[in-house]
Amino acid sequence: MKKLLSILPLLVVVIGVHLLTSATDTMYYLTQMTMSAYYSLLIIGLCVLMGYAGQISLGHAGFFAIGGYLSAALTTHSLIPHQNTTLVGLLDSAGLLLSGQNLYGEALLVVTPWAACIIAVLTAAIIAVIIGIPVLKLKGHYLAMATLGFGIIIYRVALAMEYFGEADGISEVPPFVLMSGLSVSGNFSDRVQNYYIAWVLLLIGMVLLLNLIDSRVGRALRGIHGSDEAADAMGVNTARFKLQTFVLSAVFAAVAGVLLTHYNGGIGPSEAGVMKSVRYVAIVAVGGMAHLWGALLMGIVLNFLSLRGVFGSYDDAVFGLILIVIMLFAPNGILSLNIRHRLKHFLGRRKQDKEGEA
Amino acid sequence: MLRIRNLRSGYGKIKVLKNISMHVEPGEIVTIIGANGAGKTTLLSTIAGLVKATAGEAEFKGSNILKTQASAIPGLGCVMVPEGRQVFATMTVEENLLLGGHVVQKDGKHVLLRLLQRQYELFPILRDRRNQLAGTLSGGEQQMLAMGRALMSRPSLVMMDEPSTGLAPLIVKEIFQIIVRLRDEGNTVLLVEQNAKAALGIADRGYVLETGKVILQGPADDLLANQDVQRAYLGREKGEEK
Repeated sequence: MKKLLSILPLLVVVIGVHLLTSATDTMYYLTQMTMSAYYSLLIIGLCVLMGYAGQISLGHAGFFAIGGYLSAALTTHSLIPHQNTTLVGLLDSAGLLLSGQNLYGEALLVVTPWAACIIAVLTAAIIAVIIGIPVLKLKGHYLAMATLGFGIIIYRVALAMEYFGEADGISEVPPFVLMSGLSVSGNFSDRVQNYYIAWVLLLIGMVLLLNLIDSRVGRALRGIHGSDEAADAMGVNTARFKLQTFVLSAVFAAVAGVLLTHYNGGIGPSEAGVMKSVRYVAIVAVGGMAHLWGALLMGIVLNFLSLRGVFGSYDDAVFGLILIVIMLFAPNGILSLNIRHRLKHFLGRRKQDKEGEA
Repeated sequence: MLRIRNLRSGYGKIKVLKNISMHVEPGEIVTIIGANGAGKTTLLSTIAGLVKATAGEAEFKGSNILKTQASAIPGLGCVMVPEGRQVFATMTVEENLLLGGHVVQKDGKHVLLRLLQRQYELFPILRDRRNQLAGTLSGGEQQMLAMGRALMSRPSLVMMDEPSTGLAPLIVKEIFQIIVRLRDEGNTVLLVEQNAKAALGIADRGYVLETGKVILQGPADDLLANQDVQRAYLGREKGEEK
């Protein structure tokens, strides 16, 4: 309940941003705010994994891509050529298929977005379990490298498979109708409702994670972060907690991938790229690692700036630089820097120097 | 309570424990003394499931703990206070204690809070420092925190690995007084120590370990009086008084 209250101010800000953009005729900002919200959903999940459980992942763009690509492929590629196979028949009789037409008037038979979403997220979760069991036995650099390897595999698979559109990715992904009158799509007329869909989802995710870290589980995770062995000695099943957190964060990433793909109407291989994973890690670090609110804030701000094109062609370079600067000067995140205190300290010293000279 | 027969264990090819047999009965302080490298810590780690045994048996309250996962052993009532404290430095004192109660938390929050109050009574300094990060405590305070954290799981057997390491003599005395108090309140303690004199001073029985074997055992007073023990571990020559 307290957690619900703590996000109320954010809800007010969300509504405020909408009203402000509509008053100043700058509603186009809502598009990037919507996309930023989805990326931030991935980032808060990664924040719990990295900041609280202390397990780094350089492969989370991979889980995002699994969600996005599977959902895109299932809802876009027509199953008509395979209509007579038992699997398609089964899906059809379960009511999970949808017939329609593509832009050129050809008949289509595709999986419904809801079914595709569930399949995509479940697949990401299962892959997270399969990858997580061996990989989470590793620590530090070794874990970073293993998850990096996973990210590269997903990237190359997306680039290589015709089913996933190779270098072109998948486009013309249909809207995801959540319920009648509410759909995740890039249609101009749905912009405001999509802004709210994304943000409400992000807020729900935030409440879930805030509750998680403030519980027995959260303490256990922080214990694991401190020392695996000491946590084990306290009766914490470290292997299980690490795996569960890994899977949870993968699910957050996959959900973000599914919805952003429907919102954008497509997905390309760059979403699976290693630099995307590095970017997510950098944002969690800027936010202060074990700091969900910091991760959320930085997720929104940095993604928004990046999507608005503020960093230009140097986009990836900026995130690399951010990572270096943060590690050097503010390893506890940018919010940990007490800027006023520092400024005062700095000014005070200069004043003293001057007095010394006099 | 704890019964170990012909236990062997080690790290890969290095065999540390060679045929250890020992037992701990409810309500006693049993100490294991021995020089560096004798296998004292390995013995505790094997009981705690952190090091895998290669042969032998270890039974705790009737269940075979050699086949139990390390993290499931505290739930059975056997908990270790690790060497060098190993408190969770970036968590507060109270969070450390609450994490120690991980296995009892399913019994309800009131149980956890009662246990927390109990540790604060036992270690008043921890109450004063409850919101401080554990990493900022002094060595003695950290040792108390590690003990309180272990006691949060309502153990029937507390295993302590070298609680005196790196502490001032005065603090060591205080820690040992607390161990005695724990025993007097009905707890069972298995105490591994290099400080043989202090350990035998408070223990009921003792085992002397040398290169992975038990070379002597018996009531603590007998061991204290034993000339071999005196020469090897208490730094006293034959006939020398005090």
